[in-house]
Amino acid sequence: MDTNPQQAGPVATGPQPAAKASSRRSRAGAGEAGPSAAGGAAASDQVRNVSRLRRFLLRPEMGSLLGAVLVFLIFWTVAEPIRSLHAFSTVLYASSTIGIMVVGVGLLMIGGEFDLSTGVGVITGALSASIFTYQLSLNVWAGVIFSLAVMLLVGFVNGFLVTMTKIHSFLITLGMMLMLFGLNLTVTKLITGQVATSSISDMDGFALGEKIFASTIDIGGMPVRITVLWWLLFVAIATWVLLRTKVGNWIYAAGGDPEAARAVGVPVTATKIGLFMTVGFCAWFSGMHLLFAFDTVQSGGGITNELIYIVAAVIGGCLLTGGYGTAIGAAIGAFIYGMTTQGIVFAGWDSNLVKFFLGVMLLLAVMMNMWVRRQAEKG
Amino acid sequence: MSDVSDQPLVELRDVGKSYGHILALEGVNLTVRAGEVTCVLGDNGAGKSTLIKIISGRHRHDAGTLLVDGKETSFGSPRDALEHGIATVYQDLAVVPLMPVWRNFFLGSELTSGVWPLRRLQVDQMKETADTELRKMGIELPDIDAPIGSISGGQRQCVAIARAVYFGARVLILDEPTAALGVKQSGVVLRYVAAAAQQGLGVIFITHNPHHAYMVGDHMILLNRGRMTLDCKREDITLDDLTQEMAGGDELDALSHELSR
Repeated sequence: MDTNPQQAGPVATGPQPAAKASSRRSRAGAGEAGPSAAGGAAASDQVRNVSRLRRFLLRPEMGSLLGAVLVFLIFWTVAEPIRSLHAFSTVLYASSTIGIMVVGVGLLMIGGEFDLSTGVGVITGALSASIFTYQLSLNVWAGVIFSLAVMLLVGFVNGFLVTMTKIHSFLITLGMMLMLFGLNLTVTKLITGQVATSSISDMDGFALGEKIFASTIDIGGMPVRITVLWWLLFVAIATWVLLRTKVGNWIYAAGGDPEAARAVGVPVTATKIGLFMTVGFCAWFSGMHLLFAFDTVQSGGGITNELIYIVAAVIGGCLLTGGYGTAIGAAIGAFIYGMTTQGIVFAGWDSNLVKFFLGVMLLLAVMMNMWVRRQAEKG
Repeated sequence: MSDVSDQPLVELRDVGKSYGHILALEGVNLTVRAGEVTCVLGDNGAGKSTLIKIISGRHRHDAGTLLVDGKETSFGSPRDALEHGIATVYQDLAVVPLMPVWRNFFLGSELTSGVWPLRRLQVDQMKETADTELRKMGIELPDIDAPIGSISGGQRQCVAIARAVYFGARVLILDEPTAALGVKQSGVVLRYVAAAAQQGLGVIFITHNPHHAYMVGDHMILLNRGRMTLDCKREDITLDDLTQEMAGGDELDALSHELSR
């Protein structure tokens, strides 16, 4: 093998991947001794069609879609009141209140991490906005912005600790959850003397906040809570990011195989911290809805909700181990949750059954996911 | 022009590395020239991985000098090395099994268009390019959208190599690309290694298989417990001698004597 300067020439000209790649491509195209065909499968159209159909059926959200249809049919049959538009609107509202959180949690799980501090995080978001506004007698929006900063910081700290210490996010965020829970109660009691915040509904800017975070819009005779629209928007954005942007590629890679991703230059640490901050953003948004819908905030709430978010994401096809799942699947998971909670109420059953149903669906979903993943790996 | 090609792309002079009290590598000299395959042979624990980690930017060397294009360098991260055109294809391939082939091909160097926040992937172009590049090396996949975990080990290895070449690598470090492969699959990979060198790349081929090394290598380096025990051109050694050296030379003689019945 001699060193041909003609060949070495363009190769040695600084790092410009695109230009270099094209020059190399043309060179290889000129018919240099490339390896001959070997090990490749025959690409017949039939194979292609079968594998396309198969992959469609193996999409991460297919299982949850099936589950959603099943749950819908069950409640449609047993709970007559759910058949009205109004009831459907309630179902959507219930889905959206947790669905907004599930967008962030689902993305984070696809990115291979876990967050247990989300349930109390929502309360922290609401509390910090309310207390900040009330104590300093400011426009409500000052509190809203302050709360956003707080929640992004919480997300950043979670992400920073997870990526720096390499301790499993389960433990880091469990610690964060306990800390936030303690702070929520202590700080609220210390400042307001009560376990709930004072009403801020007569303060400047509240009306606008209510309009943005907690209003109801009439769409074709169906009253739709605005959180439903926000939810759909967030799901759409998350879907676009996951499937059509660089960052989406990085999220799947960071969750699927962080070492491999790092080796090809994916900023895994930044991606993960960004995901934790996205979860922080979603917690802030959910907290704002809570604040503007109920005016006062109970400081001891939120706990166990984090599990519901995770359950919804898993039912929606997000792998607990990361690297697999979709935002639409996570949304369907949230919808299943919303339909179950409301369906059980409409059917007149004991509301404690909600948890039982969730448990059953979680088990089914996990088994389904495992099977789907095996099939997908087989191709 | 001629001094450009005479200049080694990468040169190691007396490079060493220790982890705490453990001396992993000592006094290693190595040159990589365009169009040449330099084989690094050695048993498990001989220091091969440490050597790769230094050249690929995962670890810093703590003795000797590392020169890229004749200039002394020290890499802080794999990205640094990549920017100098040094790409590494690891044993574990650095592919994400659940992601489609084309996404893996462009991972970390995605093609995008538009302005932020609407900057998006050029999905069709990426799929087409990945498919063309793979076809060029004789890999025809029925579906470029299939998860990369579903194609064979040799093909995955070639995807990883093709990716590095496509993105302008000048130096390719291959970490035991044939270790986990069968005979036929190894052939696919070796053929591609030779083709990459013919295209003007400098290749560092890490292996513990002297047969594979002898088939594609121009230069052989043997590591043993962190030291170089052999450093010669291909024409200066026979396959038998290489195998003998590789297997531990005298140690092997003693062993075969001991085991002879």
